[in-house]
Amino acid sequence: MNTAYQHTGTENFVRAFAEFSKENGRILPELNTIAIGRLEDIGFPTTRHEEWKYTNVSPILNTAFSHPGPQFRLKKEDIQSWMLAGKDAILLVFENGYLNTDLSSLDGLPEKVIIASLSAQRSNAIVKQHLAKYAPMKQESFVVLNTAFVSDGAFIYLPANIQIEKPVHVLYVNDSEFHPTVIYPRNLIVADKNASVKVAVSYHSIGSTNAGFTNAVTEVVAGQNAQVELIKIQNENESAFHISHTEAILSKDSVFNISTITLGGKIVRNNLHIVLSETNSVAHLYGLYITDGNQLVDNHTLVDHMSPNCESNELYKGVLGGKSSGVFNGKVFVRQDAQKTNAYQSNKNILLSDEATMNTKPQLEIFADDVKCSHGATTGQMDAEALFYLRSRGIGEQEAKAFLNIAFAADVIKNISIEALRDRLMPLIENKLKQSIQS
Amino acid sequence: MLEIKNLQARVEEKQILNGINLIVKPGEVHAIMGPNGSGKSTLASVLAGREEYEVTGGEVLFKGQDLLEMSPEDRARKGLFLAFQYPVEIPGVTNANFLKTALNEIRKANGLPSLDSKEFLQLMKEKMKLVEMDKAMTQRSVNEGFSGGEKKRNEVFQMAMLEPALAVLDETDSGLDIDALRIVANGVNALRNKERSFVVITHYQRLLDYIVPDYVHVLYKGRIVKSGTKELALELEEKGYDWIKEENGVHI
Repeated sequence: MNTAYQHTGTENFVRAFAEFSKENGRILPELNTIAIGRLEDIGFPTTRHEEWKYTNVSPILNTAFSHPGPQFRLKKEDIQSWMLAGKDAILLVFENGYLNTDLSSLDGLPEKVIIASLSAQRSNAIVKQHLAKYAPMKQESFVVLNTAFVSDGAFIYLPANIQIEKPVHVLYVNDSEFHPTVIYPRNLIVADKNASVKVAVSYHSIGSTNAGFTNAVTEVVAGQNAQVELIKIQNENESAFHISHTEAILSKDSVFNISTITLGGKIVRNNLHIVLSETNSVAHLYGLYITDGNQLVDNHTLVDHMSPNCESNELYKGVLGGKSSGVFNGKVFVRQDAQKTNAYQSNKNILLSDEATMNTKPQLEIFADDVKCSHGATTGQMDAEALFYLRSRGIGEQEAKAFLNIAFAADVIKNISIEALRDRLMPLIENKLKQSIQS
Repeated sequence: MLEIKNLQARVEEKQILNGINLIVKPGEVHAIMGPNGSGKSTLASVLAGREEYEVTGGEVLFKGQDLLEMSPEDRARKGLFLAFQYPVEIPGVTNANFLKTALNEIRKANGLPSLDSKEFLQLMKEKMKLVEMDKAMTQRSVNEGFSGGEKKRNEVFQMAMLEPALAVLDETDSGLDIDALRIVANGVNALRNKERSFVVITHYQRLLDYIVPDYVHVLYKGRIVKSGTKELALELEEKGYDWIKEENGVHI
């Protein structure tokens, strides 16, 4: 018997599927059915599974979630503090997984650019061509789960030669105020040749006692010489479960920058797969996680260098307080054909308490012989000398700690090119750091 | 201003200070000299409140209050300033931001209103001249990538900004060429007045050509073994430290 997978909890989802499958206007009805069958076959990973060693998903599987349909109660003022990309951003707001058109604003879109909900665009040829074609279904239970229940999400399409400067903000709210609620966000970003776009996807929640579950999948297709920046912000409350998978396919000469910022959640798993499928493509991966209490944040990244002359550069940083724990597993795969690859990876962590833990595992698997690759990981305490220096100038101990950690975190945030977003993220980060320092 | 009585301290089980007595009055400049390992930097560290140093006896009064009871930040807020021998590099924190926070914390503790950005910039501009700092340096991360001379100038610049009642300069001259030494000393001299006191710790007499002390003390084996005026420094320069060692019963 394969103990890397379990079937606990599967029946909850199968039962929910019976209801869900009656819904009209689903985006991928056939694939939904295939996916639920697949889920019944494989089940969910246990901690015996090498990739899930430190992340026990049982608390998620043991919760009976409600699957609400498209019902809306959010008001403009409820989301005010979450407008992270600024008031001018193109905004899509999804409430419990469904587009809330009243709160969204799509003004000033250039012609031929499509920024809309997937459900509204389900007949679009580009959606049919790309949706659910990339994220791996074979062994990834949570991609399979998302695919079984895919209901709505953002579709962002940039035709060739169009660059939009205005950031796109996709805002998800999991409303678990009355019941633990599960939502299945699904995003598709396609940038054709020479196109460029910046997208922030943020996750928030309502209700702090019920443990909501957000199971998200995002697929990104960067065409030749396209530039795509994606910033994923997880800011749900600290009882939330969040498992996401981001899959990006890069064509020749394209650039993909992704920042993964995790502040909230009880159990958070961010999977990120980047495929450098054609020559001269470049990926930058930035990550920041700040934890306190009993949070667990697990970042798994995989960069697949399939072609020559590509570059990947990865920087993940974490600050862990209280009894929280972090996982970083970064795999870089350099295939035989991928000569002249440059691949760099770095993971740096600060533990604020004796009870916080970090498991970090950088992995390079190289099958080409003419490559430049490096990786490194550090986990330590705050610099005691620097702390004393700040205090000796009159800055209080807590403030001095915050100062040092803010500088540590800003090193990641500075790579985000949307100024409005940086300006709004930093105060959130400062607050969270102060919490972790005290926890 | 500062009253040190029979101060004894150790670090990692090693006794370093063996009963120091020193009184510094407002406006006075005291030089503390001594050979390597005599306890000069330990004294500076104990005064600033470095945690690795354990005080095993004696007391220190600063403005009449028990200094040793205070946290490092409280000492600074009361007006103590240590110019570090080895200033720390802090990546990601700009000099300007750091100093603004420090200055406003000190002002707050003394019942003064915070300076706004404009007032702060004005003050910074004024004080930068003292040590010939350029504006770019204030926008860089604290001491990051600074040369030895720039780091020491930055210490004196911070001192000028924070306007302490008592400044302890820990080997501020070490590693400086003569031009940098002059700039640093001029900065310090510009801050001398009837109220502000200085404790200047140095191995060499050279610095005291520029910062002329009122008193000179020789520290040896954790005790002040000789005190005098600036002439004592000249005598040390001439004879070296050996005669002090001999006088104190050590055969070379």
